[in-house]
Amino acid sequence: MSSKASEVRLEGVGKRFGETWAVRGVSLHVRAGEFYTFLGPSGCGKTTLLRMIAGFAAPDEGGVWLDDTMVNALPPWKRDVGMVFQSYAIWPHMTVFENVAFGLRERRVSRADIERQVGEALRMVNLEGMQGRRPSQLSGGQQQRVALARTLVVQPRVLLLDEPLSNLDARLRAQMRIELLKLQRDLGITTIYVTHDQEEALALSTRIAVMSAGAVIQEGTPREIYEAPRERFVAEFVGASNLLRGEVRQATRDTLTVATDLGVEVRAACPSVHAPSPGRILLTIRPEAMDLLPPGEPADHRNRLEGKVVASAFQGAAIQYEVEVGDTLLRASVTNPKGKRLFQRGDLVAVVFGPEDVGIVPEEPRAESREPSVVRSGQD
Amino acid sequence: MDRQSFVMTVPAGGTRRLEWGQAMLMVGLLLLLTLFILYPLLRVLFVAVSDGQGLTLRHLLNFFDRPLFREALVNSLGAGGLAVAFGSLLGVPLAYFSVRYQFRGKLLLQTLGVLPLVIPPFVGAVALQLILGRSGMVNLLLLRWFGASVPFMEGLTGVILVQTLHYFPFIMLNTAVSLANVDPSLEEMAQNLGSHGWRLFRRVTLPLMLPGYVAGCLLTFIRVIDDLGTPLMLNYTKLLAPQAYLRITTIGIDDVDGYVVCVILVVLSLVSLWAARKYLGLSEYATVQRGTTGAEIGRPIRGMKLAVVLLISAGMLGVSLLPHLGILVLSLSRIWSFSLLPTVYTLGNYEEILFRTPHFVKNTLLYALLAAGVDIVLGAVIAWLLLRGRVFGRNLLDAIATMPLAIPGVVLAVGYLRVFHGWDVPGLGGPLTGSWVILVIAYSMRRLPYTVRACYAALQQIHVSLEEAAQNLGANQVRTFWKVTFPLMLGGLVAGGLISFMTSAVELSSTIMLVPKIELGPIAYGIYVYMQSAIGRGPGAALGVVAILLVGLCTYLTNRIFAGRSGSAFRV
Repeated sequence: MSSKASEVRLEGVGKRFGETWAVRGVSLHVRAGEFYTFLGPSGCGKTTLLRMIAGFAAPDEGGVWLDDTMVNALPPWKRDVGMVFQSYAIWPHMTVFENVAFGLRERRVSRADIERQVGEALRMVNLEGMQGRRPSQLSGGQQQRVALARTLVVQPRVLLLDEPLSNLDARLRAQMRIELLKLQRDLGITTIYVTHDQEEALALSTRIAVMSAGAVIQEGTPREIYEAPRERFVAEFVGASNLLRGEVRQATRDTLTVATDLGVEVRAACPSVHAPSPGRILLTIRPEAMDLLPPGEPADHRNRLEGKVVASAFQGAAIQYEVEVGDTLLRASVTNPKGKRLFQRGDLVAVVFGPEDVGIVPEEPRAESREPSVVRSGQD
Repeated sequence: MDRQSFVMTVPAGGTRRLEWGQAMLMVGLLLLLTLFILYPLLRVLFVAVSDGQGLTLRHLLNFFDRPLFREALVNSLGAGGLAVAFGSLLGVPLAYFSVRYQFRGKLLLQTLGVLPLVIPPFVGAVALQLILGRSGMVNLLLLRWFGASVPFMEGLTGVILVQTLHYFPFIMLNTAVSLANVDPSLEEMAQNLGSHGWRLFRRVTLPLMLPGYVAGCLLTFIRVIDDLGTPLMLNYTKLLAPQAYLRITTIGIDDVDGYVVCVILVVLSLVSLWAARKYLGLSEYATVQRGTTGAEIGRPIRGMKLAVVLLISAGMLGVSLLPHLGILVLSLSRIWSFSLLPTVYTLGNYEEILFRTPHFVKNTLLYALLAAGVDIVLGAVIAWLLLRGRVFGRNLLDAIATMPLAIPGVVLAVGYLRVFHGWDVPGLGGPLTGSWVILVIAYSMRRLPYTVRACYAALQQIHVSLEEAAQNLGANQVRTFWKVTFPLMLGGLVAGGLISFMTSAVELSSTIMLVPKIELGPIAYGIYVYMQSAIGRGPGAALGVVAILLVGLCTYLTNRIFAGRSGSAFRV
C-alpha cells in the first residue's frame, strides 16, 4: 500500500473559543513522510491544531496549507487527511468490515476492490479473520487497530493521530508504539501525532513541537528537544530536570562559568548558538547525568555540589536519590547501579556532573513565547 | 461479585439472619404482586380460553370471525401505526433541532415540547372538539370563508389526531436523548472519510439514534392501543379498548367476548414491549464508546436556516398546545356553542368543582398520594432486593413487577372485577370492588414499574463500597440503610413517587370501570361524567385545568430532581 505523502504548513494559525485563544501564532512546516509530534500538557491547544488540519475547526487567523493549497475553507470530507480519534470512534452499528470499508464506499470503489483492500488493511494491522466481528466484541487494542486500518485503507495524504495510545494499558501501549513506528516508516506517510506523553513523542517522532498555552515553545528532533531544551518549560516537561538559578560570571568560547544561588560555581560547556546574554539564567541538569560520590572523593574536572541524602529508592535499573544542597532539593538517578555504593538517608555526599551535561535556559520565558510567567517550584 | 463482597463484611450470624429476612420479604412481595397483578391477569386469560367443561380456543378463534372485532383490531393497529407515523413527523425534527442546533428559543422549544404530556388525552379530546370539531372554531371559520368544513374530529380521524398530539413527546424525548448520546467523533470520523450531508445522516447518525427512536415509537404504540378515554370521549367505539369496556359494562361481567378482547390487548402490548426490549438489548451501542472529544452543544444557525427551524418548531408546538388553550377557555366560559369564542365568561365552573362537588379533587389527591406512597415503599424494597438481595426469585420478582407495563388499564380493571367481586373483605363491610381502596390498589400496581425503575436507577448509582464503609465503621444493616443508602437514593424515590402520583391522578381507563359510585370518583371520572352533558362541559373543563396543573407541577418537580435530564421518566 503506497501513500501520496504530502506536506503540511501552518502559517500564523490561531483559533479562538469565545474570548480566549486556544492556539495563536503557530507556524510550522511538516515535510513529506515525516513523523511530526505536537507534544504538550492537556489544554495546550495541540488537539485544536490537529482538528484544524482535519477541517473540524476553522482557524480564526492564519492559514493551513496542504502541499500548495490553502485549505481553510475546505470541508473535512474533501481534505483527504486521515484522522484516528482518541476515542477510536468505531461505529458500533457496523461490523469491522463495514467500518473499514466505509471510506472506500464513499469513494465509490468497486465491490471487488473494496473486498481486497479491506483484507489487506486488516492484514496490515494483524486483524485477519475479524471482518465479521462487532465492535463490542473487540478489545481496546483491537478497536485501535480497526481505527488505524479504517483510516489507512483510503490512503490519505496525511495521517493525523490524536493520542491514539492513551486508552491502552501500559504493556499494549509499548507494543502498539513499536508497531505504529514500523507501519509509518514502511508506508512513508506524512504523520502528525498528538500526545502529552514525552516518552512516546521521543520514541516515535522525526521532529517534535513542544506546545504550551496555545503556542509552540520549541521545535526540533527528539535529541535536540531532550538534550538541549531552550526554555525552562521544555526542560521540565520533557524528562525531569534539576534547575539551578545563577548568574553568568565568565564566558569563554565554549564554557560558561555560572555563580549559582547555592554559592557554588558551576561550569557549563554550552554550544555557542545557545550562548545567552550575560545576566541571570537557569541551569538544567538531567537526574541521570548526575552521580553520587562519598564527600572526600575527587571529582576530576566535573562540577561538584556537597549535600545530604534525603531519600533513596532502589529501582533495579537505577537508584533514585533526593539530595539536599543548601535549600535546594536535587534529584539524581544513578543508573546501572550494580556494584556501586548505596547511600542512605542522612549520608553526606557529593553530587557530581560534567560541564557537558549542563543546559542553559533563560530565567524568564523568551519574549516570543507567551508562556505565563514561571511559578517558583519547590526545587529552587 | 459486588453482591458477594457486600455480604463478606457481615458476620456469619448476621448473614444468615439477613437472608431469612430477605426470604420473608421476597415471599411477601411475590404473594402481594401475584394477588394484584398476576392472578387477575391469569383469571382474565382463563375465562377467555375456557368454557363450562375445560380449556378451549373456540372463543379466541370466534374473535376473528366477528366483523366488528376484526374491524376493531384493524382500527387499533391502524390508529397505533398512524399515531406513531404522525408523531414521528412532529417529534423527530423537533428532537433534531433541539439537540443539534443552537439558537435563541431552544430552551422554550424543549420545555413546550413536553407540555402535551401534562394534559390527559381525554381532556385534550374535549378541547380539540371545541377547536377542530364539527362546530368548532376552525370549522366555523372555514364555513364562513369557504362554505365547507373539514371533519378533523370525526371517528377514527379524531382519535388519531388527539393521540398523535398527546403522545408525540415520547418520540421526541427518546429520540433527543439518543441523539445527544451519539459521540460527536463518530460523525466526525465519517466526515474525515469523505461523508457528509444526507449520506452522513443516513449511514451514521440515523442508525446510532435509532434505539431511542424505536423505543419512543413502541411506547407510543402501546399507549395508543391501551387508551380508553379518548375514544369514549369522542364517542368512537370501534377500537379494542372501548370494545372490551362496553362488553363488560353493558353485557356483563360474565361476557366471554370482553375477556377475549382483553387477551388480544395484552398480547399486542406484550409483543410491542418485548420487541422494544429485544431491540434495545441488541444494540449495545453505549458500551463501546469511550472518551469523548468534549460535549457538543449544538451548531449555531442563523439566517434562512434559523427562520425555517423556528417556523417549523412554532407551527408544530402551536398545534400541539391547542388542547391546552381550548380547555382553559372552556373552563372560563358559561356559554360556548356555535361561536368562535365563548359568548359569556364566568368563574362559576371553578366554584362548582371546588365548592359544590369538591370530592373529585379531594379523592384524586387522596388516591394518588396513597398510590404514590405504596409505590415508593414497594419500589424501594423491590429495587433493594433486586440489586443487593441474595435470595431466590429475583428474576421472578422483576418480571412480575414489570408486567403492568404491558397490562392495559381496562384489562387490569376487568381482572379485578372478576377476582374481587363478591369476595367480602373483613373490615370493609363488603367486597374490595365496592370500596375506593380498589382504585388505590389499581393505581399503585399500574405505576409500580416506573417507581421500581426510578429506585433501581438511584440505588445502582450508589456504589456498594459506600455501604461497606459505613459497616466497616460499625453501622449495622439497618443503620447503614437509613444513614447512607436511603439519603442517597432519596432523589430517585421522590422522582418515582411523583411519576406515580401524576399518572395516577389522571388515570381514566381503569378508573372508569372500578369506581363504585360517583361520590368516590376522582378527577378523571368527574371529567368523564361532566362531559356527558352539554351543561357539564364547563365544570368538566375546570377539572381538566386542575388535572393539567397537577401534572404540570409534578413534571416540573420531576425534571428538577432529575437535574434537567427531562423526560427520563418517560422512557422504556
